[in-house]
Amino acid sequence: MNAIIEVQDVSKSYGGVVANKRVSMTVQAGGITGLIGPNGSGKTTLFNSIVGYHPIDSGSIKFEGREISKMPVQSIARLGLIRTFQQTRIYAAMDCTQNMLISLPHRKMKFLDAFSKHGESDHAKAERLLEFVGLYEKRFLNAGSLSFGQQKLLEFAMALMNEPTGLLLDEPTAGINPTLINGLIDRLKRANREFGITLFIIEHNMRVIMNMADKIYCLAHGEMLAQGTPQEIQNDQRVVDAYLGTH
Amino acid sequence: MNTKNIIFYVALLVLTAIAPFLFPDFRTQLATLWLMIVVAMTWDMTGGQMGYNSLGNILFYGTGMYVAAVISIGMVHDVGAYTDAGRLELMTFTERQYFVGAIVGIIGAGLFCSVTAIVVGYVTFGLRGPYFAIGTLGVAIAAGELVSNWGWIGGGQGISLPVYPGNFDVGKLFFYYLFAGTGVVLFMFLKWLYSTRFGAAINAIRDDEEKAEAMGIHTMRYKLTTWAMAAFFVGIVGGISGFQLIHFEPLETAYQTTNLGIFMVVCVLLGGKGTLWGPVIGAILFHFIKEVTWNYFLGWQWVALGALIVVTVVYFQDGVMGWLAHRKPQSPRL
Ligand SMILES: Nc1ncnc2c1ncn2[C@@H]1O[C@H](COP(=O)(O)OP(=O)(O)O)[C@@H](O)[C@H]1O
Ligand SMILES: [Mg+2]
Repeated sequence: MNAIIEVQDVSKSYGGVVANKRVSMTVQAGGITGLIGPNGSGKTTLFNSIVGYHPIDSGSIKFEGREISKMPVQSIARLGLIRTFQQTRIYAAMDCTQNMLISLPHRKMKFLDAFSKHGESDHAKAERLLEFVGLYEKRFLNAGSLSFGQQKLLEFAMALMNEPTGLLLDEPTAGINPTLINGLIDRLKRANREFGITLFIIEHNMRVIMNMADKIYCLAHGEMLAQGTPQEIQNDQRVVDAYLGTH
Repeated sequence: MNTKNIIFYVALLVLTAIAPFLFPDFRTQLATLWLMIVVAMTWDMTGGQMGYNSLGNILFYGTGMYVAAVISIGMVHDVGAYTDAGRLELMTFTERQYFVGAIVGIIGAGLFCSVTAIVVGYVTFGLRGPYFAIGTLGVAIAAGELVSNWGWIGGGQGISLPVYPGNFDVGKLFFYYLFAGTGVVLFMFLKWLYSTRFGAAINAIRDDEEKAEAMGIHTMRYKLTTWAMAAFFVGIVGGISGFQLIHFEPLETAYQTTNLGIFMVVCVLLGGKGTLWGPVIGAILFHFIKEVTWNYFLGWQWVALGALIVVTVVYFQDGVMGWLAHRKPQSPRL
Protein backbone atom coordinates (compact mmCIF):
# COMPACT_ATOMS: atom_id res chain seq x y z
CA MET A 1 0.00 0.00 0.00
CA ASN A 2 1.17 3.53 -0.65
CA ALA A 3 0.29 6.81 0.93
CA ILE A 4 -2.45 8.86 -0.74
CA ILE A 5 -2.30 11.78 1.73
CA GLU A 6 1.00 12.81 3.33
CA VAL A 7 1.01 15.52 5.98
CA GLN A 8 4.44 16.78 7.03
CA ASP A 9 5.04 19.12 9.98
CA VAL A 10 1.86 21.12 9.44
CA SER A 11 1.21 23.97 11.85
CA LYS A 12 -1.83 26.22 11.98
CA SER A 13 -2.84 28.80 14.52
CA TYR A 14 -5.83 31.11 14.84
CA GLY A 15 -4.49 34.31 16.30
CA GLY A 16 -2.89 33.13 19.51
CA VAL A 17 -4.50 29.66 19.54
CA VAL A 18 -2.18 26.99 18.14
CA ALA A 19 -4.70 24.52 16.70
CA ASN A 20 -2.17 22.23 14.96
CA LYS A 21 1.50 22.04 15.93
CA ARG A 22 3.93 20.26 13.60
CA VAL A 23 1.46 17.53 12.76
CA SER A 24 2.67 14.67 10.55
CA MET A 25 0.63 11.71 9.36
CA THR A 26 -0.21 9.64 6.32
CA VAL A 27 -3.36 8.08 4.92
CA GLN A 28 -2.81 4.80 3.08
CA ALA A 29 -4.57 4.37 -0.25
CA GLY A 30 -7.55 2.04 -0.16
CA GLY A 31 -7.85 1.90 3.60
CA ILE A 32 -9.82 3.52 6.41
CA THR A 33 -7.82 5.84 8.60
CA GLY A 34 -9.21 7.27 11.80
CA LEU A 35 -8.49 10.55 13.56
CA ILE A 36 -9.50 10.84 17.19
CA GLY A 37 -8.86 13.26 19.99
CA PRO A 38 -10.74 15.25 22.60
CA ASN A 39 -12.91 18.22 21.63
CA GLY A 40 -10.81 21.16 20.57
CA SER A 41 -7.72 19.04 19.92
CA GLY A 42 -7.45 20.30 16.34
CA LYS A 43 -9.04 17.52 14.26
CA THR A 44 -11.30 19.71 12.16
CA THR A 45 -8.47 22.19 11.74
CA LEU A 46 -6.31 19.45 10.22
CA PHE A 47 -9.11 18.49 7.82
CA ASN A 48 -9.53 22.10 6.81
CA SER A 49 -5.81 22.38 6.14
CA ILE A 50 -5.77 19.27 3.97
CA VAL A 51 -8.71 20.29 1.77
CA GLY A 52 -7.40 23.84 1.31
CA TYR A 53 -10.10 25.53 3.35
CA HIS A 54 -7.53 27.83 4.92
CA PRO A 55 -3.83 28.51 4.37
CA ILE A 56 -1.45 26.70 6.71
CA ASP A 57 1.37 28.45 8.56
CA SER A 58 4.06 25.93 7.66
CA GLY A 59 4.58 22.37 6.52
CA SER A 60 3.68 20.30 3.50
CA ILE A 61 0.57 18.42 2.40
CA LYS A 62 0.65 16.01 -0.53
CA PHE A 63 -2.20 14.23 -2.28
CA GLU A 64 -1.16 11.39 -4.59
CA GLY A 65 2.39 12.74 -4.46
CA ARG A 66 1.41 16.28 -5.47
CA GLU A 67 1.87 19.28 -3.18
CA ILE A 68 -1.58 20.72 -2.47
CA SER A 69 -0.94 22.97 0.53
CA LYS A 70 -1.22 26.14 -1.58
CA MET A 71 -4.18 25.05 -3.69
CA PRO A 72 -7.73 26.40 -3.24
CA VAL A 73 -10.59 24.14 -2.17
CA GLN A 74 -12.09 23.69 -5.64
CA SER A 75 -8.83 22.61 -7.22
CA ILE A 76 -8.22 20.03 -4.52
CA ALA A 77 -11.80 18.78 -4.83
CA ARG A 78 -11.25 18.39 -8.55
CA LEU A 79 -8.24 16.19 -7.89
CA GLY A 80 -10.69 13.81 -6.26
CA LEU A 81 -10.26 14.69 -2.60
CA ILE A 82 -13.40 15.95 -0.89
CA ARG A 83 -14.79 16.34 2.58
CA THR A 84 -18.04 16.47 4.49
CA PHE A 85 -18.66 19.14 7.10
CA GLN A 86 -18.99 18.60 10.84
CA GLN A 87 -21.91 21.04 10.77
CA THR A 88 -23.41 19.25 7.74
CA ARG A 89 -23.92 21.24 4.57
CA ILE A 90 -26.67 20.29 2.21
CA TYR A 91 -28.82 22.43 -0.09
CA ALA A 92 -31.77 22.82 2.27
CA ALA A 93 -34.15 24.37 -0.25
CA MET A 94 -33.75 21.57 -2.79
CA ASP A 95 -35.09 18.04 -2.61
CA CYS A 96 -32.80 15.07 -1.97
CA THR A 97 -32.59 14.06 -5.62
CA GLN A 98 -31.57 17.57 -6.67
CA ASN A 99 -28.92 17.57 -3.94
CA MET A 100 -27.55 14.37 -5.43
CA LEU A 101 -27.62 15.58 -9.03
CA ILE A 102 -25.74 18.76 -8.12
CA SER A 103 -23.04 16.58 -6.59
CA LEU A 104 -22.13 14.83 -9.84
CA PRO A 105 -18.37 14.92 -10.36
CA HIS A 106 -17.80 18.13 -12.28
CA ARG A 107 -14.13 17.28 -12.66
CA LYS A 108 -15.17 14.45 -14.98
CA MET A 109 -17.37 16.72 -17.09
CA LYS A 110 -16.45 18.92 -19.98
CA PHE A 111 -17.70 22.49 -19.78
CA LEU A 112 -20.23 21.93 -22.55
CA ASP A 113 -21.72 19.00 -20.63
CA ALA A 114 -23.19 21.64 -18.34
CA PHE A 115 -25.53 22.62 -21.15
CA SER A 116 -27.34 19.31 -21.21
CA LYS A 117 -29.99 18.02 -18.85
CA HIS A 118 -29.33 15.39 -16.23
CA GLY A 119 -29.62 12.04 -17.98
CA GLU A 120 -31.36 8.81 -17.09
CA SER A 121 -28.12 7.37 -15.74
CA ASP A 122 -27.59 10.41 -13.47
CA HIS A 123 -31.04 9.92 -11.95
CA ALA A 124 -30.48 6.18 -11.62
CA LYS A 125 -27.17 6.76 -9.86
CA ALA A 126 -28.75 9.32 -7.52
CA GLU A 127 -31.54 6.92 -6.60
CA ARG A 128 -29.16 4.01 -6.12
CA LEU A 129 -27.01 5.97 -3.70
CA LEU A 130 -30.03 7.38 -1.83
CA GLU A 131 -31.15 3.77 -1.49
CA PHE A 132 -27.66 2.89 -0.26
CA VAL A 133 -27.87 5.35 2.65
CA GLY A 134 -31.52 4.57 3.32
CA LEU A 135 -33.05 7.81 2.07
CA TYR A 136 -34.79 6.53 -1.07
CA GLU A 137 -38.24 7.05 0.42
CA LYS A 138 -37.37 10.70 1.10
CA ARG A 139 -35.99 11.46 -2.34
CA PHE A 140 -38.64 14.07 -3.20
CA LEU A 141 -38.60 15.75 0.20
CA ASN A 142 -36.79 19.01 0.76
CA ALA A 143 -33.41 18.30 2.29
CA GLY A 144 -34.06 21.01 4.86
CA SER A 145 -37.00 19.04 6.25
CA LEU A 146 -34.83 16.01 7.10
CA SER A 147 -33.60 15.35 10.64
CA PHE A 148 -29.99 16.22 11.43
CA GLY A 149 -28.98 12.57 11.21
CA GLN A 150 -30.70 12.13 7.85
CA GLN A 151 -28.97 15.26 6.58
CA LYS A 152 -25.64 13.69 7.52
CA LEU A 153 -26.58 10.59 5.55
CA LEU A 154 -27.57 12.75 2.60
CA GLU A 155 -24.27 14.59 2.74
CA PHE A 156 -22.49 11.23 2.76
CA ALA A 157 -24.48 10.09 -0.27
CA MET A 158 -23.67 13.38 -2.04
CA ALA A 159 -20.00 12.77 -1.40
CA LEU A 160 -20.27 9.28 -2.90
CA MET A 161 -22.07 10.76 -5.90
CA ASN A 162 -18.94 12.82 -6.50
CA GLU A 163 -16.86 9.64 -6.95
CA PRO A 164 -13.89 10.88 -4.95
CA THR A 165 -10.61 9.02 -4.62
CA GLY A 166 -10.28 10.16 -1.04
CA LEU A 167 -13.11 11.20 1.27
CA LEU A 168 -12.65 13.05 4.55
CA LEU A 169 -15.60 12.64 6.92
CA ASP A 170 -15.88 14.94 9.92
CA GLU A 171 -17.75 13.09 12.67
CA PRO A 172 -20.15 11.16 10.42
CA THR A 173 -21.98 9.54 13.34
CA ALA A 174 -22.47 12.66 15.47
CA GLY A 175 -26.16 13.34 15.96
CA ILE A 176 -27.19 10.06 14.41
CA ASN A 177 -29.72 7.95 16.30
CA PRO A 178 -27.60 5.34 18.19
CA THR A 179 -29.72 2.50 16.81
CA LEU A 180 -28.69 3.53 13.30
CA ILE A 181 -24.97 3.84 13.95
CA ASN A 182 -24.18 0.19 13.25
CA GLY A 183 -25.89 0.52 9.88
CA LEU A 184 -23.82 3.59 9.10
CA ILE A 185 -20.57 1.87 10.08
CA ASP A 186 -21.51 -0.92 7.71
CA ARG A 187 -22.16 1.56 4.88
CA LEU A 188 -18.88 3.36 5.45
CA LYS A 189 -17.05 0.07 5.23
CA ARG A 190 -18.92 -0.87 2.06
CA ALA A 191 -18.16 2.53 0.49
CA ASN A 192 -14.51 1.79 1.16
CA ARG A 193 -14.59 -1.79 -0.06
CA GLU A 194 -17.11 -1.73 -2.90
CA PHE A 195 -16.53 1.76 -4.31
CA GLY A 196 -12.81 1.70 -3.55
CA ILE A 197 -12.86 5.10 -1.80
CA THR A 198 -10.07 5.80 0.67
CA LEU A 199 -11.66 7.08 3.88
CA PHE A 200 -10.18 9.39 6.48
CA ILE A 201 -12.63 9.73 9.34
CA ILE A 202 -12.75 12.03 12.35
CA GLU A 203 -14.62 10.24 15.05
CA HIS A 204 -15.24 11.13 18.62
CA ASN A 205 -16.82 7.81 19.51
CA MET A 206 -13.98 5.32 20.24
CA ARG A 207 -16.13 2.22 19.79
CA VAL A 208 -17.15 3.35 16.32
CA ILE A 209 -13.68 4.04 15.05
CA MET A 210 -12.20 0.86 16.56
CA ASN A 211 -14.75 -1.02 14.44
CA MET A 212 -13.73 0.53 11.17
CA ALA A 213 -10.24 1.90 10.94
CA ASP A 214 -7.12 -0.04 10.12
CA LYS A 215 -4.94 2.81 11.38
CA ILE A 216 -5.74 5.47 13.95
CA TYR A 217 -4.13 8.79 14.82
CA CYS A 218 -4.81 10.61 18.05
CA LEU A 219 -4.47 14.37 18.45
CA ALA A 220 -4.27 16.17 21.78
CA HIS A 221 -3.78 19.91 22.25
CA GLY A 222 -2.99 20.24 18.55
CA GLU A 223 -0.14 17.75 18.63
CA MET A 224 0.01 14.18 17.37
CA LEU A 225 -0.10 12.15 20.54
CA ALA A 226 -0.16 8.59 19.25
CA GLN A 227 -0.69 6.43 16.22
CA GLY A 228 -1.19 2.75 15.58
CA THR A 229 -3.69 -0.03 14.99
CA PRO A 230 -6.99 0.10 16.89
CA GLN A 231 -5.53 -2.43 19.33
CA GLU A 232 -2.45 -0.34 19.99
CA ILE A 233 -4.44 2.87 20.39
CA GLN A 234 -6.91 1.24 22.73
CA ASN A 235 -4.09 0.10 24.99
CA ASP A 236 -2.10 3.31 24.81
CA GLN A 237 -2.10 4.90 28.25
CA ARG A 238 -1.51 8.41 26.85
CA VAL A 239 -4.67 8.16 24.71
CA VAL A 240 -6.72 6.91 27.62
CA ASP A 241 -5.41 9.77 29.74
CA ALA A 242 -6.10 12.36 27.08
CA TYR A 243 -9.71 11.21 26.85
CA LEU A 244 -10.16 10.86 30.58
CA GLY A 245 -8.51 14.20 31.17
CA THR A 246 -11.20 16.09 29.33
CA HIS A 247 -14.23 14.01 30.17
CA MET B 1 -44.40 19.94 -22.66
CA ASN B 2 -48.03 18.91 -22.73
CA THR B 3 -50.68 20.21 -25.09
CA LYS B 4 -52.06 22.67 -22.56
CA ASN B 5 -48.64 24.25 -22.18
CA ILE B 6 -48.10 24.45 -25.91
CA ILE B 7 -51.45 26.17 -26.41
CA PHE B 8 -50.59 28.61 -23.62
CA TYR B 9 -47.23 29.54 -25.13
CA VAL B 10 -48.56 29.78 -28.69
CA ALA B 11 -51.33 32.07 -27.45
CA LEU B 12 -48.75 34.28 -25.73
CA LEU B 13 -46.64 34.39 -28.85
CA VAL B 14 -49.64 35.41 -30.96
CA LEU B 15 -50.53 38.09 -28.40
CA THR B 16 -46.96 39.39 -28.53
CA ALA B 17 -47.12 39.56 -32.32
CA ILE B 18 -50.46 41.39 -32.54
CA ALA B 19 -50.18 43.58 -29.41
CA PRO B 20 -48.98 46.69 -31.29
CA PHE B 21 -52.04 46.41 -33.56
CA LEU B 22 -54.44 45.83 -30.68
CA PHE B 23 -53.06 48.92 -28.91
CA PRO B 24 -51.71 51.10 -31.73
CA ASP B 25 -51.48 54.16 -29.45
CA PHE B 26 -49.20 52.37 -27.02
CA ARG B 27 -46.52 51.03 -29.33
CA THR B 28 -43.66 52.83 -27.63
CA GLN B 29 -44.91 51.86 -24.16
CA LEU B 30 -45.16 48.24 -25.26
CA ALA B 31 -41.63 48.38 -26.63
CA THR B 32 -40.44 49.79 -23.29
CA LEU B 33 -42.35 47.04 -21.50
CA TRP B 34 -40.31 44.44 -23.39
CA LEU B 35 -37.15 46.34 -22.51
CA MET B 36 -38.15 46.08 -18.84
CA ILE B 37 -38.89 42.37 -19.21
CA VAL B 38 -35.46 41.76 -20.74
CA VAL B 39 -33.49 43.68 -18.10
CA ALA B 40 -35.53 42.07 -15.30
CA MET B 41 -34.99 38.54 -16.63
CA THR B 42 -31.26 39.13 -17.10
CA TRP B 43 -30.96 40.67 -13.65
CA ASP B 44 -32.57 37.57 -12.17
CA MET B 45 -30.01 35.30 -13.86
CA THR B 46 -27.39 36.41 -11.36
CA GLY B 47 -29.57 37.99 -8.65
CA GLY B 48 -32.28 35.36 -8.36
CA GLN B 49 -30.80 32.17 -9.74
CA MET B 50 -27.16 32.59 -8.64
CA GLY B 51 -27.47 34.76 -5.54
CA TYR B 52 -25.35 37.66 -6.75
CA ASN B 53 -27.31 40.90 -6.47
CA SER B 54 -25.77 43.29 -8.95
CA LEU B 55 -26.66 46.95 -8.79
CA GLY B 56 -24.49 47.64 -11.82
CA ASN B 57 -26.15 45.76 -14.68
CA ILE B 58 -27.01 49.17 -16.15
CA LEU B 59 -23.33 49.18 -17.14
CA PHE B 60 -24.19 46.83 -19.98
CA TYR B 61 -27.22 48.86 -21.02
CA GLY B 62 -25.18 52.04 -21.35
CA THR B 63 -22.19 50.31 -22.87
CA GLY B 64 -24.41 48.48 -25.34
CA MET B 65 -25.96 51.77 -26.39
CA TYR B 66 -22.59 53.38 -27.03
CA VAL B 67 -20.99 50.38 -28.71
CA ALA B 68 -23.89 49.90 -31.10
CA ALA B 69 -23.88 53.61 -31.96
CA VAL B 70 -20.12 53.81 -32.44
CA ILE B 71 -20.05 50.70 -34.63
CA SER B 72 -22.89 51.85 -36.84
CA ILE B 73 -21.42 55.36 -37.22
CA GLY B 74 -17.90 54.04 -37.68
CA MET B 75 -18.97 51.82 -40.54
CA VAL B 76 -19.84 54.93 -42.56
CA HIS B 77 -18.17 58.02 -41.09
CA ASP B 78 -15.27 59.13 -38.94
CA VAL B 79 -16.66 58.83 -35.38
CA GLY B 80 -14.68 61.76 -33.95
CA ALA B 81 -15.82 64.06 -36.76
CA TYR B 82 -19.42 62.85 -36.48
CA THR B 83 -19.68 63.53 -32.75
CA ASP B 84 -17.86 66.88 -32.97
CA ALA B 85 -20.23 69.44 -31.43
CA GLY B 86 -19.01 72.14 -33.79
CA ARG B 87 -19.61 70.08 -36.90
CA LEU B 88 -21.18 71.95 -39.81
CA GLU B 89 -20.97 69.28 -42.45
CA LEU B 90 -24.08 67.13 -42.87
CA MET B 91 -23.31 63.47 -42.27
CA THR B 92 -26.04 61.17 -43.49
CA PHE B 93 -26.77 57.48 -43.80
CA THR B 94 -28.47 55.67 -46.63
CA GLU B 95 -31.32 53.35 -45.75
CA ARG B 96 -29.06 50.36 -46.31
CA GLN B 97 -26.30 51.86 -44.15
CA TYR B 98 -28.85 52.46 -41.39
CA PHE B 99 -30.13 48.90 -41.23
CA VAL B 100 -26.79 47.15 -41.71
CA GLY B 101 -25.22 49.47 -39.14
CA ALA B 102 -28.04 48.89 -36.66
CA ILE B 103 -27.92 45.09 -36.91
CA VAL B 104 -24.11 44.83 -36.83
CA GLY B 105 -23.93 47.44 -34.06
CA ILE B 106 -26.55 45.79 -31.88
CA ILE B 107 -24.97 42.33 -32.15
CA GLY B 108 -21.53 43.85 -31.61
CA ALA B 109 -22.90 45.59 -28.51
CA GLY B 110 -24.04 42.25 -27.08
CA LEU B 111 -20.67 40.62 -27.69
CA PHE B 112 -18.71 43.58 -26.33
CA CYS B 113 -20.81 43.56 -23.15
CA SER B 114 -20.21 39.84 -22.66
CA VAL B 115 -16.47 40.43 -22.73
CA THR B 116 -16.90 43.41 -20.39
CA ALA B 117 -18.83 41.21 -17.95
CA ILE B 118 -16.03 38.66 -17.92
CA VAL B 119 -13.37 41.31 -17.26
CA VAL B 120 -15.39 43.18 -14.60
CA GLY B 121 -16.71 39.93 -13.12
CA TYR B 122 -13.23 38.55 -12.68
CA VAL B 123 -12.67 41.28 -10.10
CA THR B 124 -16.15 41.80 -8.62
CA PHE B 125 -17.08 38.12 -8.19
CA GLY B 126 -14.44 37.96 -5.48
CA LEU B 127 -16.92 40.08 -3.47
CA ARG B 128 -19.94 38.64 -1.73
CA GLY B 129 -23.31 39.95 -0.61
CA PRO B 130 -23.65 43.73 -0.25
CA TYR B 131 -20.01 44.22 -1.29
CA PHE B 132 -20.75 42.73 -4.68
CA ALA B 133 -23.82 44.97 -5.04
CA ILE B 134 -21.89 48.11 -4.15
CA GLY B 135 -18.84 47.04 -6.18
CA THR B 136 -20.87 46.60 -9.36
CA LEU B 137 -22.73 49.85 -8.74
CA GLY B 138 -19.37 51.58 -8.43
CA VAL B 139 -18.20 50.20 -11.76
CA ALA B 140 -21.40 51.39 -13.48
CA ILE B 141 -21.12 54.89 -12.02
CA ALA B 142 -17.44 55.11 -12.94
CA ALA B 143 -18.17 53.96 -16.49
CA GLY B 144 -20.81 56.67 -16.88
CA GLU B 145 -18.38 59.32 -15.68
CA LEU B 146 -15.65 58.01 -17.92
CA VAL B 147 -17.86 58.07 -20.99
CA SER B 148 -19.16 61.56 -20.25
CA ASN B 149 -15.57 62.80 -20.28
CA TRP B 150 -14.61 61.07 -23.51
CA GLY B 151 -14.86 63.60 -26.30
CA TRP B 152 -14.43 61.16 -29.16
CA ILE B 153 -17.83 59.62 -28.40
CA GLY B 154 -19.55 62.91 -27.70
CA GLY B 155 -18.64 63.46 -24.02
CA GLY B 156 -21.43 64.81 -21.84
CA GLN B 157 -23.44 65.80 -24.93
CA GLY B 158 -23.98 62.21 -25.93
CA ILE B 159 -24.62 60.97 -29.45
CA SER B 160 -27.35 61.62 -31.99
CA LEU B 161 -28.11 58.75 -34.30
CA PRO B 162 -29.98 59.01 -37.59
CA VAL B 163 -33.75 58.69 -37.37
CA TYR B 164 -35.48 55.59 -38.66
CA PRO B 165 -35.52 55.88 -42.47
CA GLY B 166 -39.13 55.57 -43.46
CA ASN B 167 -42.57 55.85 -42.05
CA PHE B 168 -42.68 56.98 -38.40
CA ASP B 169 -45.29 54.38 -37.41
CA VAL B 170 -43.43 51.57 -39.13
CA GLY B 171 -40.38 52.69 -37.16
CA LYS B 172 -42.29 52.21 -33.92
CA LEU B 173 -43.24 48.71 -35.04
CA PHE B 174 -39.63 48.02 -36.00
CA PHE B 175 -38.40 48.82 -32.49
CA TYR B 176 -41.29 47.00 -30.84
CA TYR B 177 -40.43 43.81 -32.68
CA LEU B 178 -36.70 44.15 -31.98
CA PHE B 179 -37.37 44.41 -28.23
CA ALA B 180 -40.10 41.77 -28.22
CA GLY B 181 -38.01 39.40 -30.34
CA THR B 182 -35.08 39.74 -27.94
CA GLY B 183 -37.42 39.12 -25.02
CA VAL B 184 -38.98 36.02 -26.55
CA VAL B 185 -35.58 34.56 -27.46
CA LEU B 186 -34.28 35.32 -23.97
CA PHE B 187 -37.29 33.73 -22.32
CA MET B 188 -36.94 30.53 -24.34
CA PHE B 189 -33.20 30.51 -23.73
CA LEU B 190 -33.66 30.80 -19.97
CA LYS B 191 -36.47 28.26 -19.86
CA TRP B 192 -34.01 25.81 -21.39
CA LEU B 193 -30.93 26.97 -19.45
CA TYR B 194 -32.61 26.63 -16.05
CA SER B 195 -33.50 23.03 -16.85
CA THR B 196 -29.90 22.01 -17.54
CA ARG B 197 -27.02 21.09 -15.24
CA PHE B 198 -25.88 24.67 -15.68
CA GLY B 199 -29.06 25.88 -13.98
CA ALA B 200 -28.55 23.40 -11.14
CA ALA B 201 -24.96 24.55 -10.68
CA ILE B 202 -25.81 28.25 -10.39
CA ASN B 203 -28.61 27.42 -7.94
CA ALA B 204 -26.03 25.51 -5.89
CA ILE B 205 -23.80 28.58 -5.90
CA ARG B 206 -26.75 30.65 -4.65
CA ASP B 207 -27.73 28.24 -1.89
CA ASP B 208 -24.23 27.46 -0.56
CA GLU B 209 -21.26 28.58 -2.59
CA GLU B 210 -18.74 27.12 -0.13
CA LYS B 211 -20.35 23.71 -0.41
CA ALA B 212 -20.35 24.00 -4.20
CA GLU B 213 -16.63 24.75 -4.10
CA ALA B 214 -16.03 21.85 -1.74
CA MET B 215 -17.73 19.58 -4.28
CA GLY B 216 -15.44 20.76 -7.06
CA ILE B 217 -17.87 22.91 -9.04
CA HIS B 218 -16.03 25.49 -11.18
CA THR B 219 -17.79 28.33 -9.41
CA MET B 220 -15.89 31.22 -11.00
CA ARG B 221 -16.45 29.83 -14.47
CA TYR B 222 -20.19 29.52 -13.86
CA LYS B 223 -20.43 32.99 -12.39
CA LEU B 224 -18.58 34.60 -15.29
CA THR B 225 -20.53 32.65 -17.91
CA THR B 226 -23.87 33.55 -16.34
CA TRP B 227 -23.04 37.24 -16.15
CA ALA B 228 -21.62 37.22 -19.67
CA MET B 229 -24.84 35.72 -21.00
CA ALA B 230 -26.92 38.26 -19.08
CA ALA B 231 -24.69 41.10 -20.31
CA PHE B 232 -25.11 39.94 -23.90
CA PHE B 233 -28.86 40.45 -23.78
CA VAL B 234 -28.65 43.72 -21.84
CA GLY B 235 -26.10 44.99 -24.36
CA ILE B 236 -28.48 44.12 -27.17
CA VAL B 237 -31.44 46.00 -25.69
CA GLY B 238 -29.10 48.87 -24.85
CA GLY B 239 -28.09 48.99 -28.51
CA ILE B 240 -31.71 48.88 -29.67
CA SER B 241 -32.62 51.66 -27.22
CA GLY B 242 -29.94 53.91 -28.71
CA PHE B 243 -31.50 53.71 -32.15
CA GLN B 244 -35.00 54.03 -30.76
CA LEU B 245 -34.17 57.12 -28.69
CA ILE B 246 -32.17 58.72 -31.55
CA HIS B 247 -30.40 61.04 -29.14
CA PHE B 248 -28.89 59.81 -25.90
CA GLU B 249 -26.43 61.15 -23.39
CA PRO B 250 -24.27 59.31 -20.85
CA LEU B 251 -25.61 59.93 -17.35
CA GLU B 252 -29.37 60.34 -17.70
CA THR B 253 -30.00 57.95 -20.56
CA ALA B 254 -27.22 55.41 -21.03
CA TYR B 255 -25.79 54.78 -17.56
CA GLN B 256 -29.00 55.66 -15.71
CA THR B 257 -28.07 53.98 -12.45
CA THR B 258 -30.93 55.46 -10.43
CA ASN B 259 -33.68 54.79 -12.97
CA LEU B 260 -33.52 51.66 -15.06
CA GLY B 261 -30.62 50.38 -12.97
CA ILE B 262 -32.89 50.21 -9.91
CA PHE B 263 -36.16 49.51 -11.73
CA MET B 264 -34.87 46.18 -12.99
CA VAL B 265 -34.21 45.03 -9.42
CA VAL B 266 -37.64 46.20 -8.26
CA CYS B 267 -39.33 44.35 -11.16
CA VAL B 268 -37.69 41.11 -10.08
CA LEU B 269 -38.51 41.56 -6.39
CA LEU B 270 -42.09 42.46 -7.26
CA GLY B 271 -42.56 39.41 -9.48
CA GLY B 272 -40.50 36.92 -7.50
CA LYS B 273 -36.79 36.22 -7.44
CA GLY B 274 -35.31 33.05 -8.79
CA THR B 275 -38.29 32.05 -10.91
CA LEU B 276 -38.72 32.01 -14.67
CA TRP B 277 -41.98 33.97 -14.65
CA GLY B 278 -41.34 36.30 -11.72
CA PRO B 279 -39.27 38.87 -13.62
CA VAL B 280 -41.80 38.89 -16.49
CA ILE B 281 -44.80 39.39 -14.21
CA GLY B 282 -42.86 41.92 -12.13
CA ALA B 283 -41.86 43.95 -15.18
CA ILE B 284 -45.46 44.05 -16.44
CA LEU B 285 -46.78 45.13 -13.03
CA PHE B 286 -44.04 47.66 -12.48
CA HIS B 287 -44.35 49.19 -15.93
CA PHE B 288 -48.11 49.47 -15.53
CA ILE B 289 -47.83 51.08 -12.09
CA LYS B 290 -45.11 53.40 -13.33
CA GLU B 291 -47.16 54.59 -16.32
CA VAL B 292 -50.19 55.14 -14.11
CA THR B 293 -48.26 57.16 -11.52
CA TRP B 294 -46.62 59.21 -14.27
CA ASN B 295 -50.04 60.03 -15.72
CA TYR B 296 -52.08 60.56 -12.58
CA PHE B 297 -49.65 61.66 -9.90
CA LEU B 298 -47.50 63.98 -11.93
CA GLY B 299 -45.15 65.80 -9.62
CA TRP B 300 -45.54 63.02 -7.07
CA GLN B 301 -44.49 60.19 -9.36
CA TRP B 302 -41.10 59.68 -7.76
CA VAL B 303 -42.61 59.65 -4.29
CA ALA B 304 -45.19 57.07 -5.38
CA LEU B 305 -42.50 54.97 -7.03
CA GLY B 306 -40.24 55.24 -4.01
CA ALA B 307 -43.10 54.11 -1.80
CA LEU B 308 -43.68 51.14 -4.10
CA ILE B 309 -40.02 50.18 -3.85
CA VAL B 310 -40.03 50.43 -0.07
CA VAL B 311 -43.22 48.38 0.26
CA THR B 312 -41.88 45.72 -2.11
CA VAL B 313 -38.51 45.43 -0.43
CA VAL B 314 -39.87 45.47 3.11
CA TYR B 315 -43.15 43.57 2.89
CA PHE B 316 -43.27 41.70 -0.39
CA GLN B 317 -39.80 40.26 -0.90
CA ASP B 318 -40.92 36.95 -2.34
CA GLY B 319 -42.99 38.74 -4.94
CA VAL B 320 -46.05 37.53 -6.80
CA MET B 321 -44.55 34.10 -7.50
CA GLY B 322 -43.60 33.61 -3.86
CA TRP B 323 -47.08 34.66 -2.81
CA LEU B 324 -48.64 32.21 -5.25
CA ALA B 325 -46.35 29.39 -4.12
CA HIS B 326 -47.27 30.17 -0.53
CA ARG B 327 -50.99 30.03 -1.25
CA LYS B 328 -50.77 26.87 -3.32
CA PRO B 329 -47.83 24.89 -1.97
CA GLN B 330 -48.62 21.87 -4.12
CA SER B 331 -48.46 23.67 -7.45
CA PRO B 332 -45.27 22.99 -9.37
CA ARG B 333 -42.95 25.93 -9.89
CA LEU B 334 -43.44 27.54 -13.26
N1 LIG C 1 -12.09 29.56 12.92
C1 LIG C 1 -11.48 29.54 14.12
N2 LIG C 1 -11.08 30.68 14.68
C2 LIG C 1 -10.47 30.66 15.90
N3 LIG C 1 -10.19 29.54 16.59
C3 LIG C 1 -10.57 28.37 16.06
C4 LIG C 1 -11.24 28.31 14.81
N4 LIG C 1 -11.50 27.01 14.52
C5 LIG C 1 -11.01 26.31 15.55
N5 LIG C 1 -10.46 27.11 16.48
C6 LIG C 1 -9.81 26.68 17.71
O1 LIG C 1 -8.80 25.74 17.38
C7 LIG C 1 -8.81 24.65 18.27
C8 LIG C 1 -9.04 23.36 17.52
O2 LIG C 1 -10.36 23.33 17.05
P1 LIG C 1 -10.93 22.18 16.10
O3 LIG C 1 -9.95 21.91 15.03
O4 LIG C 1 -12.30 22.56 15.67
O5 LIG C 1 -10.99 20.95 17.12
P2 LIG C 1 -11.75 19.57 17.01
O6 LIG C 1 -12.31 19.41 15.65
O7 LIG C 1 -10.72 18.56 17.35
O8 LIG C 1 -12.83 19.61 18.08
C9 LIG C 1 -9.87 24.97 19.31
O9 LIG C 1 -9.23 25.57 20.41
C10 LIG C 1 -10.78 25.95 18.63
O10 LIG C 1 -11.37 26.80 19.56
MG1 LIG D 1 -14.26 19.19 14.98
